[in-house]
Amino acid sequence: MHDTLLPPGAALDAVFEVGLVTRVEGEGSLSLRVKDGRVEEAHLAIFEAPRYFEQLVIGRTPDEVIDIVARICGICPIAYQMSAVHAFEDRFGVAVAPETRLLRRLLYCGEWIESHALHVYFLHAPDFLGYPSAIELAKDHREVVEQGLALKKTGNSIVKLLGGRPIHPVSVRVGGFSRAPRRTDVAALRPALEAAVTQAEATVRFVATLDAPDFEREPRLVALRHPTEYPFNDGRIVSSDGLDLPPGGWETTFDEEHVPWSHALQAHMQGGGRYLLGPAARVSLDPGQLHPRAKALLLETGLAGAIRRNPNWSIAARAIELVHATSEALEIADAYSPPDRPFEPWTAAPGVAAWSTEAPRGLLFHRYDIDERGLIAHARIVPPTSQNQAAIEADLAAFAPSVLTLPHEAATHRLEQLIRSYDPCISCATHFLDLRVEREG
Amino acid sequence: MTDQIISPGRSYGRHPHRARLGVVKFASCDGCQLTLLDLEDELLAITERFEIVEFAEATSVRSAGPYDVLLVEGSISTAAQVEEIVNLRREATLLVTIGACATAGGIQALRNWADHDAYRAAVYAQPEYVDSLAMSTPVSDHVAVDAELRGCPIDPGQIVELLTALIVGRRPQLPDEAVCIACKQRGAVCIAVAHGVPCLGPVTRTGCGAICPAYDRGCYGCFGPREQSNAIGLARHLMSRGGSVAGKGRAAPEVGRLFAGFTAYAEPFRSVVSGLGGTRETEDGGSPTHEEPADA
Repeated sequence: MHDTLLPPGAALDAVFEVGLVTRVEGEGSLSLRVKDGRVEEAHLAIFEAPRYFEQLVIGRTPDEVIDIVARICGICPIAYQMSAVHAFEDRFGVAVAPETRLLRRLLYCGEWIESHALHVYFLHAPDFLGYPSAIELAKDHREVVEQGLALKKTGNSIVKLLGGRPIHPVSVRVGGFSRAPRRTDVAALRPALEAAVTQAEATVRFVATLDAPDFEREPRLVALRHPTEYPFNDGRIVSSDGLDLPPGGWETTFDEEHVPWSHALQAHMQGGGRYLLGPAARVSLDPGQLHPRAKALLLETGLAGAIRRNPNWSIAARAIELVHATSEALEIADAYSPPDRPFEPWTAAPGVAAWSTEAPRGLLFHRYDIDERGLIAHARIVPPTSQNQAAIEADLAAFAPSVLTLPHEAATHRLEQLIRSYDPCISCATHFLDLRVEREG
Repeated sequence: MTDQIISPGRSYGRHPHRARLGVVKFASCDGCQLTLLDLEDELLAITERFEIVEFAEATSVRSAGPYDVLLVEGSISTAAQVEEIVNLRREATLLVTIGACATAGGIQALRNWADHDAYRAAVYAQPEYVDSLAMSTPVSDHVAVDAELRGCPIDPGQIVELLTALIVGRRPQLPDEAVCIACKQRGAVCIAVAHGVPCLGPVTRTGCGAICPAYDRGCYGCFGPREQSNAIGLARHLMSRGGSVAGKGRAAPEVGRLFAGFTAYAEPFRSVVSGLGGTRETEDGGSPTHEEPADA
């Protein structure tokens, strides 16, 4: 009966729900509270079943933790392994070989390529082009989807070479890798990496032709910054308003709270204040460290301002980072020589191990308290999505009025597109968007 | 647990309509369904033979059923999920569990040995907001399962084999040998014998291709126990003088933790974990129980 979310002249004193899907599992839903035609509150609820990883790692060794925390996310297991391994190495005073450090960057490049290609081509581009999926998109534009698949395959092949398989690779350990690849194995990646650079550049030019919905705001951005590198494993936590912290210093400035509508804890600045992480934050805060090819394309497309201010343009930030990651991966592969030994020896030391790295979706903070036996006594893991959640809700509240008068299917589509633009690590759940509008008189 | 019981002779691929394929998830990391999307060379061909009617990670097209084939990822860990899997079973002609969570309860099943209320209170400031059961259980504890793909994550070759078998109407070929067989086929050095590294290869089902030994580390059992594996015997061996190169037996909690991984809740790994108190060590430096594992 409702053609629009807010039919003109509709009574404004009833609770009003629009279920947009035939079956809602409830993993992710959005509810809007509307008063006098204004959106007063937007709640993005994350109902993924809790799995208690911070408890599961207690009493385990650091190397066991690296295997366990990978399972938090099948799309970005490397990020979880990297934040953990760097936290432990920092605490234990382990200096990895320079070659190992580069291998870790190569591994992270692989994950970014795989994750960004998946998001750009499978999760986000169909929204811009009016398709329900990349599978449907492929029926009309097979070459576009095949380009995305080729990029994704190259990212996965990097991870598979270094870690045995693309999802939950097995080789990362404190001090380095259980086994470092041979030079010839890494050299064999070259043809695919060369092609991937070209495919990534084409991706930037492709997304630049898309038509993103208008929406502007000036968010506080947070990312790692390193003096000589685009941030993966190392750097200081910086923000668009002058924050500057060591990579293990997250807890001095940020905190989490448990809100009633979500299974993900929400992070804030201490004393209040939301912020945004991820590709748009990194491209905006660290443009000087982008690979020259990525930098040139950012300039050519003229999208730097749009990436910073309009979340719908995050697809361009991801495409720019695809160019960076493929280009850097190619350079690392060309210069690679194996470390003298795959991993450095180490001895556990009690105390606090804390570090942040840049997951594809943004800053990922881990903190472990290590006891006298070298086992985990306490853990805290703060994924990017829980840090972005407050900013996503604020953006949804600001964006929703512009679509409330559209037919409800179109309005939902626009809101889902906006949610997907943050690449929440519940991308699956946000496809279940159940839009509920509560109106007050 | 059930295995390889897909009835041969029903060929979905030659039906006038494409087989209706659904992919759903419960408590999990999404890695097993992502394995489908990681079939970069086969994905578009698969969509020509199967109509994907439900796969939230990949498409906004949705269907509550019916499904000719339903792939189920994730363990059952909330009250709502207990109801939902029963409803989904009614809609599915063939229900196939994919991955260690759906087939064995997953890493989150370690809470089955713990005080769930304490877990919930430790992670969430407002535990009353959280819908979560004390146990994380495999799908087969709740409904009949027609076939299982093991692994954390599943192997891409096995999902292709399953879908291919469905198209041509034959039984999928899913190996039940130990990881050791694949390790030998791969020509990898036995790290247990050569380097004294604890390895679950002898008791774990292959499917991964013996990745861990090939990467110079011990198997950690992510494909779960093979049929009639002697896990208790392996645990005893690791605790005996022959169980390490130093000639000293390994401590019970260390051996327990080896089994307390991604398939810990699958028997006989479950008995070893229970017997050795391997999910975590207690503050006094020992395991909660120091009992020898019971005989099988």
